[in-house]
Amino acid sequence: MSSRVPDQPTCREIVELVTDYLEGRLPIEARTRLEQHLVYCDWCRVYLEQIRQTIRVAGSVSEESFSSQTREELVRLFRNWKGKK
Amino acid sequence: MTSGTSQPGEQELVAALRQGDEPAFLALVRRFHSSMLRVARVFVNSDAVAEEVVQEAWLAVLEGIGAFEGRASLRSWMFSIVANRARSRAVREARSEPFSSFEDPEGEPTVDPARFHPPDHPRWPGHWCSPPERWAEEQLLVHETVELTKSAIDTLPPAQRQVIVLRDVEGCSPEEVCETLGVSDGNQRVLLHRARAKVRAMLEPHLRRTA
Repeated sequence: MSSRVPDQPTCREIVELVTDYLEGRLPIEARTRLEQHLVYCDWCRVYLEQIRQTIRVAGSVSEESFSSQTREELVRLFRNWKGKK
Repeated sequence: MTSGTSQPGEQELVAALRQGDEPAFLALVRRFHSSMLRVARVFVNSDAVAEEVVQEAWLAVLEGIGAFEGRASLRSWMFSIVANRARSRAVREARSEPFSSFEDPEGEPTVDPARFHPPDHPRWPGHWCSPPERWAEEQLLVHETVELTKSAIDTLPPAQRQVIVLRDVEGCSPEEVCETLGVSDGNQRVLLHRARAKVRAMLEPHLRRTA
């Protein structure tokens, strides 16, 4: 790690930019500065990785299936609708 | 993840449903029902009410399918129906959690400032003094972590919860979130940013290798 260069972003600033970065919404200059920062800052790399891991684990919060009772109710609803069509 | 475009087979399903095809309806139920429940649940306070809202929404989907033009994806069209109904239901029950983009002052740091050196630090101003430690990857997708993530999401302010559920749990595109919730792109990004940072912070003590 090198000493802070005046116009380089701090870690505290970097963590507020990660979403714009991941969304591809950072202007090119800010994006370049962020990527340069990541080259030398292991900690911000870890932080960014943890945001990605958070997204992954959020994506696995799902997949509960529904009951056969629900299915029957929906089939009934469908047949009523079809009957009235 | 889709970006407002239709998924494979979607047009066929819509066409079949218009003809009153029951298997097509059941295919849609399999694909969307659980997601619709999660969307409803971010607006209303109980699973039972969410179930009712989603039943109503299915009827509205059937009644509206003839007029569905495919300008939005089928999913965001259906999610908007659920969101609108769930929102008015929540208002009716006076347990309203109205969508507010100002519930959380913007510009407030998403990471505890105490984790960074102060701005007047001689060598490392604004750099980590209490940096994040790498997470145990093998702990990430275990049941306990997933459950913890679920409860972390539940503690978020409503608008943040709505956005993270749609984006990261359901895998919607930013465009779909804007359509479903009626927010601007910039707004959904700010809410997503705050939501992800908070969930990360809540997972941190649990996933630290040394934990």
